[in-house]
Amino acid sequence: MRDYTEEQLERYSRHILLNDVGVEGQERLLDGKVLIIGAGGLGSPAALYLAAAGVGTIGIVDGDRVDISNLQRQIAHFTKDVGVWKADSAAEKMRAINPDVNVIPYNKYLFASNIKEIIGKYDFVIDGTDNFAAKFLINDACILGNIPFSHGGILRFDGQTFTINPNESACLRCLFDKPPPPNLVPTCSEAGVLGAIAGMLGTIQAAEALKFLTGAGELLNNKLLTFNALDMQFRTITVNKNENCPICGHNPTITELVDAEQAVCDLK
Amino acid sequence: MELTINGEVKVLVESKLTVVQLLSSENVKSPDMVSVQLNGEFVERAKFSETTIKSGDELDFLYFMGGGR
Repeated sequence: MRDYTEEQLERYSRHILLNDVGVEGQERLLDGKVLIIGAGGLGSPAALYLAAAGVGTIGIVDGDRVDISNLQRQIAHFTKDVGVWKADSAAEKMRAINPDVNVIPYNKYLFASNIKEIIGKYDFVIDGTDNFAAKFLINDACILGNIPFSHGGILRFDGQTFTINPNESACLRCLFDKPPPPNLVPTCSEAGVLGAIAGMLGTIQAAEALKFLTGAGELLNNKLLTFNALDMQFRTITVNKNENCPICGHNPTITELVDAEQAVCDLK
Repeated sequence: MELTINGEVKVLVESKLTVVQLLSSENVKSPDMVSVQLNGEFVERAKFSETTIKSGDELDFLYFMGGGR
């Protein structure tokens, strides 16, 4: 076991007090490696909480720069950061919260050509992206690379999330076999989103990552959690692995990564 | 017939419907975008028009949410 400093024992005392975490669980967090894809509405709260929790290595990926319209919900970015790379901006706040954490910002987008190399270095992935193509690419890369991940999506007052244990539990393509055609779905910039919804969902994703690393409790495997903030109703739907799934079913037709047509939900 | 749709019990005048007819009678927007679970199993999209719903069935309509930033 590592030698904790007095300061670390104090910093993590509320984790260490938990029966399901304790010193051992905190040790696993400090040894853990989580990749957050997207430093936006979902990625911001996830990044801040994982850094605060002492997850030892956190990668954060975003190929975009901070825009003033992001600040309504992307809480890792401050007014002074407008124009700065989002991954760099988030990394600065994460390091300020907890200098124990090795934060690795990637100021780029992920594609079929580069995703494998990056996600392969991590134990768990959080999908905080905002477009269908990226969400399916992350699903496929994690299934093929056998890396557990948390899916999250938000729109208007709604959010949904579940956690995928590759080849064991239902994946995104078990539920939705392919990205929706462009123009069929309203983009988020047309539809809007209530800022705090991003925080609600991003922190659920962060909690799943912490549970995965510590082994505490049960993950949202085969359970799609959905909520609507207007009536504050939460619902958990059991979703089963689909034997006809094109990537994790009996006869997979997807065996390598491709970049899907870019249908966009761009919140800028 | 009585169905449970997205966790809520609904009584319909029809005694038998296909998935396509149900999506239409429930005014589901963008039915091309919706995944349907019938009693815990996904219904293949190609079989929406031939899969019949009967009283007591439980259905979930799942929508893809693409936002995140």
